[in-house]
Amino acid sequence: MSSVPTSSVSASAPGRRTAWADGLDELRAAATTEPGRLRVIGAVLALLVLVFGAATAWQVADRAAAADDVVERSQPLSADAASIYRSLADADTTAAGGFLSGGEESRATRQRYAADIATASQLLVKASANTRGSDAAGRQMAKLNSLLPRYTGLVETARTNNRQGLPLGGAYLRYANDQMRKELLPAARALYDAETERLAADYDSAKAWPWWALAAGVLAIGVLGWAQRRHFRRTNRVFNQGLLAATAASVAVLLWLVVGHAVARAGLSDSYDQGARSLRVLNEARIDALQARGDENLTLVARGAVLTSDQQDFYEVGFRSGMRDLAAGDGRGRAAEGGRLGEALALADDEAGREAVRDALAQVRQWQERHAEARAADDRGDYDQALAKVIGSDRPTRESFDRVDAALQRALVHEQEEFRSAADGGRGALGGLAVGAAVLAVVAAAGAVLGIGRRLSEYR
Amino acid sequence: MRMRARALVNLRAALAPVAAGVCVMAAAAAVLVPTLGGDGAPGPAAPRAYGPGAAHAAPAAAKCTPRNAAESLRPSSDDGAAVKRIKEKGQLVVGVDQNTYRWGYRNPNTGKLEGFDIDLARAIAEDILGPDAKVVFQAVPTNQRVPALQKRTVDMVVRTMTINCARKEQVAFSTAYFQAGQQVLAPKKSKIEAFDDSLRGKRVCTAAGSTGESELAARSHGAKVLTVPNQLDCLVRLQLGEADAVVTDNALGAAQAAQDPAVELKGEPFTDEPYGVAMNKDDTDLVRRVNKVLDDYRGGGADSAWMRAYRTWLKADLPGISGPPSPEYGD
Repeated sequence: MSSVPTSSVSASAPGRRTAWADGLDELRAAATTEPGRLRVIGAVLALLVLVFGAATAWQVADRAAAADDVVERSQPLSADAASIYRSLADADTTAAGGFLSGGEESRATRQRYAADIATASQLLVKASANTRGSDAAGRQMAKLNSLLPRYTGLVETARTNNRQGLPLGGAYLRYANDQMRKELLPAARALYDAETERLAADYDSAKAWPWWALAAGVLAIGVLGWAQRRHFRRTNRVFNQGLLAATAASVAVLLWLVVGHAVARAGLSDSYDQGARSLRVLNEARIDALQARGDENLTLVARGAVLTSDQQDFYEVGFRSGMRDLAAGDGRGRAAEGGRLGEALALADDEAGREAVRDALAQVRQWQERHAEARAADDRGDYDQALAKVIGSDRPTRESFDRVDAALQRALVHEQEEFRSAADGGRGALGGLAVGAAVLAVVAAAGAVLGIGRRLSEYR
Repeated sequence: MRMRARALVNLRAALAPVAAGVCVMAAAAAVLVPTLGGDGAPGPAAPRAYGPGAAHAAPAAAKCTPRNAAESLRPSSDDGAAVKRIKEKGQLVVGVDQNTYRWGYRNPNTGKLEGFDIDLARAIAEDILGPDAKVVFQAVPTNQRVPALQKRTVDMVVRTMTINCARKEQVAFSTAYFQAGQQVLAPKKSKIEAFDDSLRGKRVCTAAGSTGESELAARSHGAKVLTVPNQLDCLVRLQLGEADAVVTDNALGAAQAAQDPAVELKGEPFTDEPYGVAMNKDDTDLVRRVNKVLDDYRGGGADSAWMRAYRTWLKADLPGISGPPSPEYGD
């Protein structure tokens, strides 16, 4: 048997043997004797266990980093994008509201508008600094950066004309609103979508099963089992302490990996279902409410100057469609429990979350009733009454809108907390796993080598 | 060419010496004498106006054409059903605009409506209801003018409303109280001179669905057309440098020029758009009453109420008008 490899090697390439072929020869020679076989088995076992440990450490560290990204980076960025979106819509709504109060805008309105613009600018700078080279988000940020000064310029011109008592002010304001509606808000929305997509991608990489590590673990434990069975057959001894320790350590790593990842996954899934999805729907509901309010204000600024193709008031049509998105129903009568608020209600997983959304829904119904009264007054030709119903002090729609906004803000804060605690729970489950897996793998490798070494010593 | 000739005729009519207007009024009064004489008078309009078939009172004999669209019913101060209804209510409900500077506009600093149309509406109310007449101004958007009259939510609409044949099938009009026409508005320093080839290569703004848009579609003079929802949006585009000129009617153009000292109306009006007071088609007595008020409003030469309103609201941006358009009657 020993002559076969030797003759074949010498026949094929006498005098030109490579180091690889030498090694292979030695291995083959070694495999013919029991100590040689044991050495090979020991080396393979140690290697497999170390590969398992390394794969676990690498893949778990990867997932932990993705989970950190979800919590520390992409969720805050997505929340910032939502704030940019909301600040812009709020600025537009506030500008129109300030216009209605006459030549002299109230201090509060001016400050709110200025704060909105400042928030949007600051968050844009922050988002630009944090962007990870995503083209989609970068393009939208560049677009917003160039459009925002133009928008504020239009609003200032509108104010100047309005103070002089010129109807041109209203035309400028409508143009500013048109820019906001057609250019800025779609860009802000695209930015929000891009950041939310990144969040979803981070979620996916954090939740992906570590298949390499699992496969390596199963293989390592399988081979350890086979080695012990072989040992038992040859020596009739049940236990080899070294191999047993190696097996125990490997099984511990595998269990830790499976359980830890399953728990992390569950936590992240919870944070996604209970937090991220709710946050998204609530943010959109808030934008709907802001745009409906903006349209309501502009109906009174434009006073029938802009019509749709079927001769309806453009802004009143916009208000109704905004209300439909927000709370379903026909946008004129009572809100049904559909639309974004219905969706938010279905996603809210505890009473505190549901209560805030239900409150928002109730306020939307009241808003719609008051809006109908304001419209009726305006249609009667009683502009002053309509104005009082929208921005006055006796049960105005302004109050209803503010309450809707406040209820949604409450719901958002609650869902943000839910998100954070679920995501932190998930992240915690992965804590120490990478280091633990590495240490245990070294222990297992040492166990395997020692266990085999003990058998080897019996041949000396 | 025909359009241009017609425009010139109208311009001449608008600028006609006051003496000519007085002559026309005298002639109208002479024709009216028999009508005012009594119910059985043989005047052609009388039986139609006050008889049971009042709904068909509009002169059906002459078919409406752009040439005779401005013709209305002869004036009368008799109280018919509509005038009595207004007197019983003790108030006149007038549909007006609140967006058109100098015509019908809500001043944001006072919250009050003001303008040429508003003054005219007050004069009509005072004639019907006396010196301290109660006028309820209702802001009606463009699309609500005809429905508001048909549903009688307003008694009349005084709102830069052009008299034309399509509208005369839905509502009744008084005689013309202002002669408007499409005109070009551009910066004072602009080389654009009128609605002519000086527009070549320029970006011209006009309101979607307006007469200006159809005129530009027919004869663009090589201009690139930009349409916006409302004529005032054109001034915004002009100021932002997105348009070089505006095509709108001269009354609205004057309102734009009043808000921007750097722009002015160029050339002459090139269409013929008489403004009238619109009323419900059945209120023929009210049409005659308003025509009588308009006669008084126009009368008095340079000191007429019309001229006073013109000087207050329009003269600065629409100079050169020496008097109101002459009334035309179809009965």
